Amino acid sequence: MEESKRAIITVLGNDRVGIIYGISGVLANNNVNILDISQTILQEFFTMVMVVDVSQSLVEFSELKEQLASKGKEMGLQVNIQHEDIFKYMHRI
Amino acid sequence: MRFNISDEEILETWRMVEVEKLDIRTITMGINILDCRKEDAGKTGQAIYDKICNKARNLVAVGKGIQRDFGIPIINQRISVTPIALLVDGFTKEQIIEIGQYLDRAAREVGVNFLGGFSALVHKGYTQGALELVRAIPETLASTQHVCSSVNVGTTKAGINMDAVYDMGQIIKSTADLTAEEDGLGCAKLVVFCNAVYDNPFMAGAFHGPGEPESVLNIGISGPGVVSNVVKNNPDCSLGELANRIKNTAFKITRSGELVGRVASKRLGVPFGIVDLSLAPTPAVGDSVAEILEAMGLERVGTHGSTAALALLNDAVKKGGAMASSYVGGLSGAFIPVSEDAGMIAAAEAGALTLDKLEAMTCVCSVGLDMIAIPGDTPAETISAIIADEAAIGMINRKTTAVRIIPAPGKKKGDYVEFGGLLGRAPIIPVNPNLSHHFIQRKGRIPAPLQALNN
Repeated sequence: MEESKRAIITVLGNDRVGIIYGISGVLANNNVNILDISQTILQEFFTMVMVVDVSQSLVEFSELKEQLASKGKEMGLQVNIQHEDIFKYMHRI
Repeated sequence: MRFNISDEEILETWRMVEVEKLDIRTITMGINILDCRKEDAGKTGQAIYDKICNKARNLVAVGKGIQRDFGIPIINQRISVTPIALLVDGFTKEQIIEIGQYLDRAAREVGVNFLGGFSALVHKGYTQGALELVRAIPETLASTQHVCSSVNVGTTKAGINMDAVYDMGQIIKSTADLTAEEDGLGCAKLVVFCNAVYDNPFMAGAFHGPGEPESVLNIGISGPGVVSNVVKNNPDCSLGELANRIKNTAFKITRSGELVGRVASKRLGVPFGIVDLSLAPTPAVGDSVAEILEAMGLERVGTHGSTAALALLNDAVKKGGAMASSYVGGLSGAFIPVSEDAGMIAAAEAGALTLDKLEAMTCVCSVGLDMIAIPGDTPAETISAIIADEAAIGMINRKTTAVRIIPAPGKKKGDYVEFGGLLGRAPIIPVNPNLSHHFIQRKGRIPAPLQALNN
């Protein structure tokens, strides 16, 4: 199987000023391209979902994951990045 | 290609992992070691050690990488090997114990917590090597940390080898005695099977059976918490509708296992074997099969209706999961290990869950009397009789059944055993005090059952 080059970033927590700015800064610094952004309130959570292309990333996936998590912590948010395949496998046949 | 997964679906996956404790319980690598037989035990052990270290050296790292990339926890990486009994004809008990030490070292070297395959298939009788291996089990389990053992004493096609059933009662007692300081922990690493499967990824009963390829990856999924929430969120729907919702969820859980299996297979260069569709509980609150049954409407698991509820659950999980994976195998059913399931522990403490009810429940689920602590003074013949009952259920119903029972030395009803970690803790469950000695001492074989006239 071919593994996808795209990843999903989920941001969960309380809405505040500068979330997109903070997260996209980390992505820009690492040459990760944003393909799509959406945000919504779901089951009491503020949720932002970003689809990104990690194929040109300057850092390893694990390093990117850590940078995002620590930026999230700074802003009081839970930030996670996962390869998109997990969602495709679970929700589409 | 556009990304077409909705925010709700993304959040659902997030909730399954973060809140409901969805995880991949194990990636188990099966390794053929039949080529490792040499002229003495030391050289044989060394050859096995070298082969395991070579084949599995990246297993743990790949598991961690998949966890990182896909955000789904992978709790264990494990190894199963060819049943050792197939390699040791001509060796003595002491030599086989020596080989067990090499297995333990290999597990430590590659960083897996359990290695299964110190096993023998003796459903029709012992080879010389198999008999010596069975005799070597107590000392091997007492002197190793990671080695797991299993013995298959019956099949639907062969009947039940009651000589082996008799012996296993004694072996379980000796294993408990040799690990008495740890409440008989050795017995938690020993499974007695009827109709053992050859591709099971779950411990302690995993081994790489005859007919399996050179090496293979088998995936054990988990997710009682996810199913439990589905049941809780549907308090009033009919059982037919509930079964349907469980199927939908089982499908999603299994897809995550399928993905992990395919990715791990590619990254390790080892063929993907099967996904085992089992609901495997852990002692963590919210990760309990008992909780699912209670959420269906039982005051306590173990009460009347428990067997029916479990049958519905087990079947719905299989139906959903079978659609989600290209290859399903292993044990595939809900596990009900008492010490590893907070809800089962609570029900046993309350006296709602008895050995007899557990036995009945094993008729409709995977896999048998599992992680049950019984009084230390239980006679070996009674343990053999418990094994015989369970094996008879498996033999007649053409399913896998197993006994992993711990006669905790010095403990009696009201006491507890503490194993810690995934193995958990358990109250001592009393056994029937009436003796079965004469029946068990008859030995011989219970003939294979008729496969027609099925009532």
